[in-house]
Amino acid sequence: MADVTAPPGALRRFVDSDVFYSFRRSKVTVVAAIVTAIIVIGSMLGPWIAPHDTYDVRSLNLLDAFTPPVWSEGGNPSYLLGTDDQGRDVFSTILLGARVSLLVGFAATLFAMTLGVLLGLISGYVGGTTDAVIMRIADIKLSFPAILIALLIDGVARGIIPRDMHDDLALYVVIFAIGISNWVAYARTVRGSTLVEKNKEYVQAARIIGLHPFTIMIRHVLPNVLGPVLVIGTLGLAGAILAEATLSFLGVGVPPTRPSLGTLIRVGNNFLFSGEWWMTIFPGVMLVVLVLAVNLLGDWLRDALNPKLR
Amino acid sequence: MQNSPLLRVENLKVEFPTRRGRLVAVDDVSFDIAPGEVLGVVGESGAGKSMTGSAIIGLLEPPGRIAGGSISLDGRRIDNLPYEEMRKIRGKHIGAIFQDPLTSLNPLYSVGKQLVETIMTHSDLTPTAARERALALLREVGIPAPERRIEQYPHQFSGGMRQRVVIALALCANPRLIVADEPTTALDVSIQAQIITLLKRLCREHGTAVMLVTHDMGVIAETADRVAVMYAGRVAEIGPVRDVIKNPKHPYTIGLMGSIPRIGRDEERLTQIDGSMPRLTEIPQGCAFNPRCPLVFDRCRRERPDLIDVGPFHQVSCWKYAEGVGHA
Amino acid sequence: MLKAAPSRGKFLGIDKDARPFVRVEGLSRYFDVSPPLLNRVLEGKPRQILKAVDGIDFAIGKGETFSLVGESGCGKSTVARLVVGLYRATDGSIEFDGHDFGRMTTRRAMAPIRSRIQMIFQDPYASLNPRWRVREIIAEPIRAYRLLDGDKAINARVDELLRQVRLTPADGTKFPHEFSGGQRQRISIARALASNPEFLVCDEPTSALDVSVQAQILNLMKDLQRELGLTYLFISHNLAVVYHISDRVGVMYLGRLAEVAPARTLFRQPRHPYTRMLLDTIPDMDMTGRQRNPVAGEVPSPINPPTGCSFHPRCPFANDRCKVERPEPIRRGEAFIACHGVEEGRIPDGPIGTAQAA
Repeated sequence: MADVTAPPGALRRFVDSDVFYSFRRSKVTVVAAIVTAIIVIGSMLGPWIAPHDTYDVRSLNLLDAFTPPVWSEGGNPSYLLGTDDQGRDVFSTILLGARVSLLVGFAATLFAMTLGVLLGLISGYVGGTTDAVIMRIADIKLSFPAILIALLIDGVARGIIPRDMHDDLALYVVIFAIGISNWVAYARTVRGSTLVEKNKEYVQAARIIGLHPFTIMIRHVLPNVLGPVLVIGTLGLAGAILAEATLSFLGVGVPPTRPSLGTLIRVGNNFLFSGEWWMTIFPGVMLVVLVLAVNLLGDWLRDALNPKLR
Repeated sequence: MQNSPLLRVENLKVEFPTRRGRLVAVDDVSFDIAPGEVLGVVGESGAGKSMTGSAIIGLLEPPGRIAGGSISLDGRRIDNLPYEEMRKIRGKHIGAIFQDPLTSLNPLYSVGKQLVETIMTHSDLTPTAARERALALLREVGIPAPERRIEQYPHQFSGGMRQRVVIALALCANPRLIVADEPTTALDVSIQAQIITLLKRLCREHGTAVMLVTHDMGVIAETADRVAVMYAGRVAEIGPVRDVIKNPKHPYTIGLMGSIPRIGRDEERLTQIDGSMPRLTEIPQGCAFNPRCPLVFDRCRRERPDLIDVGPFHQVSCWKYAEGVGHA
Repeated sequence: MLKAAPSRGKFLGIDKDARPFVRVEGLSRYFDVSPPLLNRVLEGKPRQILKAVDGIDFAIGKGETFSLVGESGCGKSTVARLVVGLYRATDGSIEFDGHDFGRMTTRRAMAPIRSRIQMIFQDPYASLNPRWRVREIIAEPIRAYRLLDGDKAINARVDELLRQVRLTPADGTKFPHEFSGGQRQRISIARALASNPEFLVCDEPTSALDVSVQAQILNLMKDLQRELGLTYLFISHNLAVVYHISDRVGVMYLGRLAEVAPARTLFRQPRHPYTRMLLDTIPDMDMTGRQRNPVAGEVPSPINPPTGCSFHPRCPFANDRCKVERPEPIRRGEAFIACHGVEEGRIPDGPIGTAQAA
């Protein structure tokens, strides 16, 4: 208390905070965070740490196809988790596939978040007809299953985009499709919090000095409604990764030349009953572990930020 | 006040374990309430007055807990009873009135159903007789047209009327003691006056003792027989209400009384106690009031004062009144 | 579509030619609280208009403290919000130093006036943005009006403001949650003073505070008024606080003014039956043993207020005229009273025995 000259830095305040305290106390959360971190860092560094470059067709050796994992009979030490029908190293494809999955997941979530937060802010702050229009669109959107919308957008995009550009643009189409089908949750939450915040006196104090409504929205309201957004975002990330896997499994997601976890599962699925189980099980396990870890993080965040449960 | 007390609180201590150490919200608080007496407990927010009330009715919010001392009702200890037994005592012997009447009423049941149910739990009346009693109670607390209102739900009542229903509910089992925690704070001034008048009348007629917890000195002055002034979890001064209000002894009480603006008194500035009540994490050593006290001397910073007699039934915890030490 | 009653302009309490600092005439604000269109059509419910403020006139001289007092729902906070421009008036005018502030429609037109009017709010926990440091909170009006250039000048001004409200410059680096309620209210005051305003609208500034802290804030407000020559519009439900701080007082009931008088006159010789009843509800702190007579009944809903004088259902002196005819304000000495009974001289002096069994 004696030292009042230096304000505590952001890091110091975070370490002292109740949120960080509840994080340290929950072992499950710590494990989930470590697992998520390993997967995220591992897949980011994928191109450099993967033992084989599975994107490079020339490096593939068809003679190595269908090699089982190392510990099985006939395993090859240079292919830790075996190879697929093309002779690609499964471990490397998982690393690179997780990278694509995470990329799509993050990008789609960010897109949905930005769109949803913006619409929610405007809807809640401006109110009236604007609010009614935005919320009716949200209602209509909610009456369709998200995956159906994603499929629809994907189909439309395939019709519009020239055939030879399909593979290049497929990634962006998937990101857009998943993002557009997930913004409603953000918009509704942010609208609700905005309605509460806008009647608080600090917002009125800002209105009295004549600030532009947009300035008030961004500088005053937004920082105070972001807590729940972070929670939905984390849970939404898990959802987006799953949605991408679903789309890719159905064959409308990312192309097999740059496979994601979903693509890997789909490809491997064809060989599941012929005994080459490792091609689909390992990407599947990876997907489950990743989604579970992210979901656990989201659950913890929701509880930690909810003052009622503290 | 010679006869045996109805409620006796001795050296009560309420703690909150937190990750930054244990916070002591109520520290070594003792007082009695005689049958039929109204004891006002007054203090500013954070003084521990509500916490004392919650401890007595056995409704401390976890992780808060009683860490020492005892509470006895009619000579029987009630602070260490299991939850179920305490629940029975709470309905039958101790009634409770809270600041927000909505927390005491179930929004899903009609007012009549809640009254009848409470009456039947604590007596062996038939449903018809219980309903008669409920109607009588509603009439007694001044609810117009009780035959019609008894079928209505809490949200159909105004704030003042709801608080009347809560008072009726607290009186159902004819309790010997009512703990009222800020019963008028949420109400408009004109309704406040109505509720206070009502509470006073009912307790006189039924001989019910009341522990009235409030921050409002005006309410205390109107209602209480005796008053305990709390500061930072401790009793600073306790005595007959007239003595404490007209002739306060503790420097805190003196400052508190001076800081209340009064109609007809033309003062340019109000008496001001500088600083604010310490947070529970920063209660100073010795007398908790010493950093703000205009009369502070050495002993106040070292030793914590006990309650010292300064008149009949009037006690102050201040070293200024200790024998031999610089009395003014 | 919402048309207000014509303004009367008799409650001003000042000469017709004098130009008061703040002049409010025929001020009204109606809220449409109808159920949604669909419900109205399907359930046949009518439109519902809440007349929060219904034709109010008052004037405030420079350096004066004018208070509005009344129970919840009487419209006093709506008046505060109208005067600072948070709400648009349904009808009537708000003149500030000769400018018709109420008619200005654009933010640009309001800007020069705005920096001269500021507001202090009731809840010190909601009136400061929890994510901002105190220094930024106080500096916001300075930056918004571009009163000073450069961080150095702004910081120096913020330090000065912090000292003015008896805080220290070091407090500027903290966040609002590190302060007690009273300290937060000081921060609110520092922020309100940042743009060198002349007129402060204070909406229940001490109602959320403990009495000892209330005394600190009231003393501070009086000191600042003397030092800076401020004019206050003070909103409160606490009669003792109003008596302490005000020069003149207006008593509101259901969106209208019942009585306007200098503070001492009002409290020594209340004339309107509602004012008298309000005074009767004040607890007797001097323990004189005075018997209190609580007002019977409750404030009716402002959506369907009683006809005529809106106080007539609770008034012991009401007659048939009170039930149909809205009273016009009349003058008695320095006081203005809207009451047929006072006008006809049929209300006795002295305390009123209105108490029914509580």
